[in-house]
Amino acid sequence: MALPQNKIVRWIDHRLPVFTFLDHELYQYPTPKNLNYWWNFGSLAGIVLVIMIVTGIFLAMQYTPHVDYAFASVERIMRDVNYGWLMRYIHMNGASFFFILVYIHIFRGLYYGSYKAPRELLWMLGIVILLLMMATAFMGYVLPWGQMSFWGATVITNLFSAFPGVGNDIVTWLWGGFAVSNPTLNRFFSLHYLLPFLLVGVVGLHLVALHQHGSNNPLGIDRKGPQDSIPFHPYYTIKDMFGLGVFLIVFALFVFYWPNLLADPANYIPANPLQTPPEIVPEWYFLPFYAILRSIPNKLFGVCAMFGSLLVLFVVPWLDTSKVRSAYFRPVFKWVFWLLVIDCFALGWVGAHRPEGWFVIIGRIATFYYYLHFLVLLPVIGWFEQPLPLPPSISSPVLKRGGRRLALARHKP
Amino acid sequence: MTRRRIMPALAGAALLALGAGAAWAQDSSEPPLPKMEWSFNGPFGTFDRAALQRGFQVYNEVCSACHSMNLLSYRDLEGPSALGYSADEVAAIAATKQVTDGPNDQGAMFQRGGRPADHFVAPFANAEAARAANGGALPPDLSVIIKARAGGADYVHAILTGFRDPPQDMKMAAGMNYNMYFPGHQIAMPPPLTDNRVTFADGTPATIDQEARDVATFLAWASEPTMEERKRTGAKVMIFLLVMTGVLYGAKRRVWSSLHDKDEKDS
Repeated sequence: MALPQNKIVRWIDHRLPVFTFLDHELYQYPTPKNLNYWWNFGSLAGIVLVIMIVTGIFLAMQYTPHVDYAFASVERIMRDVNYGWLMRYIHMNGASFFFILVYIHIFRGLYYGSYKAPRELLWMLGIVILLLMMATAFMGYVLPWGQMSFWGATVITNLFSAFPGVGNDIVTWLWGGFAVSNPTLNRFFSLHYLLPFLLVGVVGLHLVALHQHGSNNPLGIDRKGPQDSIPFHPYYTIKDMFGLGVFLIVFALFVFYWPNLLADPANYIPANPLQTPPEIVPEWYFLPFYAILRSIPNKLFGVCAMFGSLLVLFVVPWLDTSKVRSAYFRPVFKWVFWLLVIDCFALGWVGAHRPEGWFVIIGRIATFYYYLHFLVLLPVIGWFEQPLPLPPSISSPVLKRGGRRLALARHKP
Repeated sequence: MTRRRIMPALAGAALLALGAGAAWAQDSSEPPLPKMEWSFNGPFGTFDRAALQRGFQVYNEVCSACHSMNLLSYRDLEGPSALGYSADEVAAIAATKQVTDGPNDQGAMFQRGGRPADHFVAPFANAEAARAANGGALPPDLSVIIKARAGGADYVHAILTGFRDPPQDMKMAAGMNYNMYFPGHQIAMPPPLTDNRVTFADGTPATIDQEARDVATFLAWASEPTMEERKRTGAKVMIFLLVMTGVLYGAKRRVWSSLHDKDEKDS
């Protein structure tokens, strides 16, 4: 697109090149022509972040961060604020869907090797986004001040007491007192409002890193020339819009028809520091990590294993020794990838149950396998695996449906 | 595995995980809650107004002796989207209550008749008074009880109709009552409902089951008075989204068709 001839636009652009920037990054931005629908989830997650911030700002106008009023103020939003129920249910379910989208986005990156050179920092910024999301979601869940809010906050903050020597001091410092109490709620509200804007900043860096080398693609090979790329607009804008429509249909089903399906009924009971609920279960998106925590018999090592399961993702670009990006051409890794997916679901399943009987054993095996995958299988498979021959360019195999297989067959020795 | 097979695989796995997350609260010692037919179930479900009014009567004449509903005001009962009472009827209901107000210009608290804007008057001044009057047990506030219990209205109905004589071999703690559906079976609440505990104005026979159904319906409304608005809005939103997504799909096909045509020629 050439810049519009409008004088005002040109005057502004000459001094502040926002129009040129948008033209480069949203319009002409050359993108591999063969991206499949798994490449929709990044932009979807970005849109959900905006939805969360907008609904959150409106909720904050009505919410009262005080232990005596927080629960009632959330219910007041549900009952007396115009469309408050809508804002609240969008925000509450939006958190779950944000994680669904980001988890799919991460697994897509793992499958197609999107973390490999030159996209290591892009990947690491993504993990920073995940960590910020988790902190934000955890603190947001505390705000309604229900039973799970209170006891979840108690359990999670108490994890820091596992650190020898300074543990208890850290916990007191986090709480702002000697128990989860009003100062805790106040600081969680403050940080819950702050962190999403940090998230926006890191997402910005994520996009800068993305646009430096452009998207990876299902074949995982670099673009060889202009024939491998298409402009972002209109091809991927319309594809992302369609994907957004499908997502919103699923999202709206939950918001309007099953708004409490992903929530715990116990969080509609006001927080009571004197009464521990029979089960303290985190939100579903934390369950795999909760399972890892509880699979280690020692508290300190359990905490380390849990945080380690996230931190290990930072070094995935160097743990994976294979030069081939896409699992499509990696006959061994492809299966190991699906084992990891099953392993994560198993961890989530174990995390939802009391650590008794078989759940302990399954949890330990799954925890062991999680680390085995990243620390052993990922490097070792790269050494011995014989990848399938790569197509010479993106254009050759994507000519038409099934063309890729033809192209592959042609290039086999 | 081809790319086309990944999508359903992941979707299926995601559904499995959601199911696992929702199923954590199952306990085997209580029988499963009877599944009731509620007028408010399903995507187009609405509250049965007659049942709501009868249910409010049960709450007002029976439950409210011990259970507060602090999040509700009498004005909430008014209008066709609530219980269907007129403004005058709500004012009459509120006027039967005594509300502590103040302080007045002498600095003293005083009693006055209730107004529609007042919150439901609680039976006890505070939790300690409630415990003292109930053998140490705190009757929970019922404002959001349907959302606060796994099983929702089914659970409340089951508890209200689930009182039985304890089994021979069961040792009951002092002041406790046996209930089939209550976790652990020992509940401090004595059986609150009996046949003809209330007399319904519309002539509906007041069996225990009917009273329990009606009060569960009323509590379901109280837990989420905006449910009908939510479902109505949802229907409109879904229609809009389906049409919009269909149009976007058509646009996507059209935009990309030129690209696919070009590829065909190139090959």
